[in-house]
Amino acid sequence: MADPVIRIETDRLTAMYGKFTAVKSVSLSFARNRVHALIGPSGCGKSTYLRTLNRMHELSEGGWITGRVLLDGDDIYAPRVNAMRLRRKVGMVFQKPTPFPAMSIFDNVAAGLRVDGNAGTLRGRALHQAVERALVQAALWDEVKDRLRQSPMTLSGGQQQRLCLARTIAPEPEVILLDEPTASLDPKGTQRIEELLFDLKQEFTIVMVTHNLQQAARVSDTTTFFYLGTMIESGPTRRMFTAPEQEQTEAYITGRFG
Amino acid sequence: MTNRRTFRRVRSNVMVGLMVLAVVLALLPLVLILVNLVIKGATSLSWDFFTALPAPVGESGGGVVNAIVGTLIIVGMASLMGLPIGILAGIYCAEYPSSRLAWVTRFVADVLNGTPSIVVGVFAWAWIVATQKHFSALAGSAALALLMIPMVLRTTEEMIRLVPNSLREAALALGYPRWRTSLMIVVRTTLPGIVTGSLLAVSRVAGETAPLLFTALGSQYLVTSINKPMAALPLTVFTYATGPFEQWHAYAWAAALVLILMVFVLSLGAWIAMRRSSHG
Repeated sequence: MADPVIRIETDRLTAMYGKFTAVKSVSLSFARNRVHALIGPSGCGKSTYLRTLNRMHELSEGGWITGRVLLDGDDIYAPRVNAMRLRRKVGMVFQKPTPFPAMSIFDNVAAGLRVDGNAGTLRGRALHQAVERALVQAALWDEVKDRLRQSPMTLSGGQQQRLCLARTIAPEPEVILLDEPTASLDPKGTQRIEELLFDLKQEFTIVMVTHNLQQAARVSDTTTFFYLGTMIESGPTRRMFTAPEQEQTEAYITGRFG
Repeated sequence: MTNRRTFRRVRSNVMVGLMVLAVVLALLPLVLILVNLVIKGATSLSWDFFTALPAPVGESGGGVVNAIVGTLIIVGMASLMGLPIGILAGIYCAEYPSSRLAWVTRFVADVLNGTPSIVVGVFAWAWIVATQKHFSALAGSAALALLMIPMVLRTTEEMIRLVPNSLREAALALGYPRWRTSLMIVVRTTLPGIVTGSLLAVSRVAGETAPLLFTALGSQYLVTSINKPMAALPLTVFTYATGPFEQWHAYAWAAALVLILMVFVLSLGAWIAMRRSSHG
């Protein structure tokens, strides 16, 4: 494999809630067109770390950071960077499906394309094509193409999560952050999402927090292990699961704690 | 085994029975009021009642068109003033719950909510009537708006608080600015609740009498100028019910019935509109 291009990286990133340090000085880089898994026990800071990558962390009560986060080499915390514009380049899917209940399925997917209000956004046919493309990519098109005007609340949990995925990829971000995207889904829904990741990484860089070690082993190219806010170890998934260098990593992946 | 099961079933049935009893007790006064209103008021309803001005004292016949039109104008203006302020302030309090301004607003709203409506009327009198040196429909509307604001504010806030934070985060993560998240996602999701809360406030103030007594005052004529004293149905009910004539008493019942019907039609209309929009 040729040396992959770095899409997003953190440089001694520390994330705080008020005076509490949730993530301690983490330096990591994520190559483009790969799936990166963040694993670790509850409260280890992996979700907080993920939320610093699209500046969602600073919206939490008392959330602030030190260090740098670079997207294609540019510091996303630089003063001139608009956090709203950044979040359109770094999309996010959450643990629980979060379709907008008052909008139709179509409008949900179009929501990210309409953030600017009416100015400079897609309309008519172009909008329709963008929505269709996102739904096809999220493997949901066939299930919803005849009911685009219906409420998303009529969909199953797995379908709702794929709808959220479609909504996230519709504005064509560069990076997709997944925060335990299958934690609330049944095995079938989980499998659908996992299969999707293989296709999606052709186009996007994916960083995924997961509690499910088998999932990390199945779908990710690299794995990073967090413990008590510190990054313990990071590397190619196969090596991490077969020959971890750190004792704590081995203890965690073999199920001795966590 | 069977003993315990029987006991459980009996206990369950007793509890359900008590709850049904509570519902019946709650509905009973309402039904009695409605039945009473229809029995005593319906006989006086006629075409004249809706279209004619009040007859001079001592003559029979006449209607309350001035009060019907007056109530529509006064309550309509009060809604135009009170609902936007109440709803926007409620959105603010819910979306920025920890800000000091929200705390103060909430406190003031709670105090206002507990203020007797006649006090609000006195305030409107001192504020508008006394400074303008004449009674007016506008003063009445202002008093009613002042009563609506805290009600609408609090219901709007409660409704918006029910929106899970994950929905806000999802919108923010799409790159929505904070204010568009509030308006497009949060308010759209809670719109049915906000509309219901607003209707409740409109219905409540439509029946208020005390704040109108020394603001809108009442009038024998069909007035459409908001700078003049104006009739309103609650005032008509008050005047006729406390008057000395038998026909006045009957008209008071009929006017009360018309007031309730107006509120009912308003609620029904909003309900139909909501259903239509949610089934797009």
